[in-house]
Amino acid sequence: MEKIVKGKAFVLGNNVDTDQIIPAEHLVYSLSDPEEKKKYGHFALSSVPLTQSGLPMGGIPFITGQNSTSEFNIIVGGTNFGCGSSREHAPFALQAAGVKAIIAESYARIFYRNCVDGGFLLPYETTFNLNKKIKTGDELELNVETNTLKNLSSGEIFSLRSLGDILPIIEAGDIFKYARHSGMLE
Amino acid sequence: MAMTITEKILAKAAGKRRVEPGENVWLDVDVLMTHDVCGPPTIDIWKREFGEQAKIWDKDKLVIFPDHYIFTKNPQANRNVEKLRIFAKEFGVQNYYDVGTDRYKGVCHIALAEEGYNLPGTVLFGTDSHTCTSGAFGMFSTGVGNTDAAFILGTGKIWEKIPESLKFTFDGELPPYLTAKDLILKVLGEITTDGGTYRSLEFDGAAVYSLSMDERMTLTNMAIEAGAMNGIIAADETTESYVKQRINKPYEIFNSDKDANYKAKYQFDVSKMEPSVAKPHSPDNYDIVRNVKGTRLTKSYIGSCTGGKLSDFVAAAKILFGNKVAIPTFIVPASTLIAQQLDEETVSGVSLKQIFENAGCLIAQSSCAACLGGPMDTVGRAVDGETIISTTNRNFPGRMGSKKSSVYLASPLTVAASALTGVITDPRDFI
Repeated sequence: MEKIVKGKAFVLGNNVDTDQIIPAEHLVYSLSDPEEKKKYGHFALSSVPLTQSGLPMGGIPFITGQNSTSEFNIIVGGTNFGCGSSREHAPFALQAAGVKAIIAESYARIFYRNCVDGGFLLPYETTFNLNKKIKTGDELELNVETNTLKNLSSGEIFSLRSLGDILPIIEAGDIFKYARHSGMLE
Repeated sequence: MAMTITEKILAKAAGKRRVEPGENVWLDVDVLMTHDVCGPPTIDIWKREFGEQAKIWDKDKLVIFPDHYIFTKNPQANRNVEKLRIFAKEFGVQNYYDVGTDRYKGVCHIALAEEGYNLPGTVLFGTDSHTCTSGAFGMFSTGVGNTDAAFILGTGKIWEKIPESLKFTFDGELPPYLTAKDLILKVLGEITTDGGTYRSLEFDGAAVYSLSMDERMTLTNMAIEAGAMNGIIAADETTESYVKQRINKPYEIFNSDKDANYKAKYQFDVSKMEPSVAKPHSPDNYDIVRNVKGTRLTKSYIGSCTGGKLSDFVAAAKILFGNKVAIPTFIVPASTLIAQQLDEETVSGVSLKQIFENAGCLIAQSSCAACLGGPMDTVGRAVDGETIISTTNRNFPGRMGSKKSSVYLASPLTVAASALTGVITDPRDFI
């Protein structure tokens, strides 16, 4: 696991649902085929209403042109991030687009489990609304050992909630690696 | 120590005498359900992790219902159903309900009930967020992603955090202009789309126990719209009678202790409630129909695991009887059994199917269809600029297709009344 995650912020609002993260019409592609995987990256966050895409200004596309990866690789969200469907295609699509971590006030249960158990993304929680303090395009540095986030563009440092009970799964990589590591699986 | 029904069922599945909210436990799973969207990637992960030796932990406990993208020419969607077909054949999965055969059932959550997989006191996981529907049978059921499902497929086990419980008591007698949909929209308006996150929603009260199993499933189905882990209604005679008609298997009935601990309790008098909607673009954007009546519509839609059950069509038929719709109106029975029942069930001596045809509705084949948009050739899919009234469960931006469309969620009574006028209409105008 990387201890330091650096990247550009993409800021979203509250209640970003899984239909916005990856619209249902795209769920037909294979998740194991490397070529088809690119489509998930290309369509990641494609149904976020334009006014809410890349706050505070809005109107910033997450993916430009025919690209399948984004220049932004840390998502900053509000409350209830990933609500809606159980589709694991949602954290998968964000990972395919190059996202490494999400920092949000709270998550929907299934999305959070999928991030952790599938080993796709780091889902960090804040105790306050970070999406008012960070602008899309700010350079961020996330420190997993100290649970802090530094906004390199403004110099501000924020402390994040510890990953708690799920840290051993994240450190192992995913639920299968965790189960093997802890002797549950051979 | 006193426990809620959810705590009791999870304690049993964890092999413990008692559990407490916040505790992480490993559960033994009774049934794993999957479908054509999440089944193929689940199988791929299972094969990747368990390799050549991959074994299903218990073939009888795996149930596969293709239901999402069925009547489409989309090649990748059809490839996914083909993958399920090959997997079921290769591993001898008996509980596979293939498309294009007499065994095809339609929407998984309703088919689970009809085929006798829902048993009080059991634990069911599914690769679909609306798996919480089965909680109407006094059992624990919840949705998970592909990785968790692959883990269950190989081991029969999964970890879960014991949820806190919220209790919703509905007192009084349900008036003829309301359905369970009005009740759950009210709950969502009260606690919002994250008020149930990592929590259990428990429903009880005289109004809830007066409901049919179809209607109870509408309540538990939308627990996920509050972010809840599960929705649950303790089993009673109605539940037992439904189950016994379908399956001869042992089950255990659990009830919450009187002094069980709840995070919060809510009480409603249904006789004072009004027909309601969730306005665009969130299921918690609650309002009463009277406040939005007259809103111009382009389409109405009656279908899905939430609003495509027999009880939903009986309700709609009572309003549509002898009338003509003013806007395109789609009737999508959740299951093939319900599709057959449209022919058999009558209102005022006329079959539901005949009533819908006479009213000018379009009746589609059973599947999830436009509830979640789906491939471009999906029947009823939302196009740019549409304003739709629907009995489905979600009205997120783009949920039913175009992200330039708007969706109002409502009861089958309100949707049928609005179909007749072309504007949002209070069902009391027709009752």
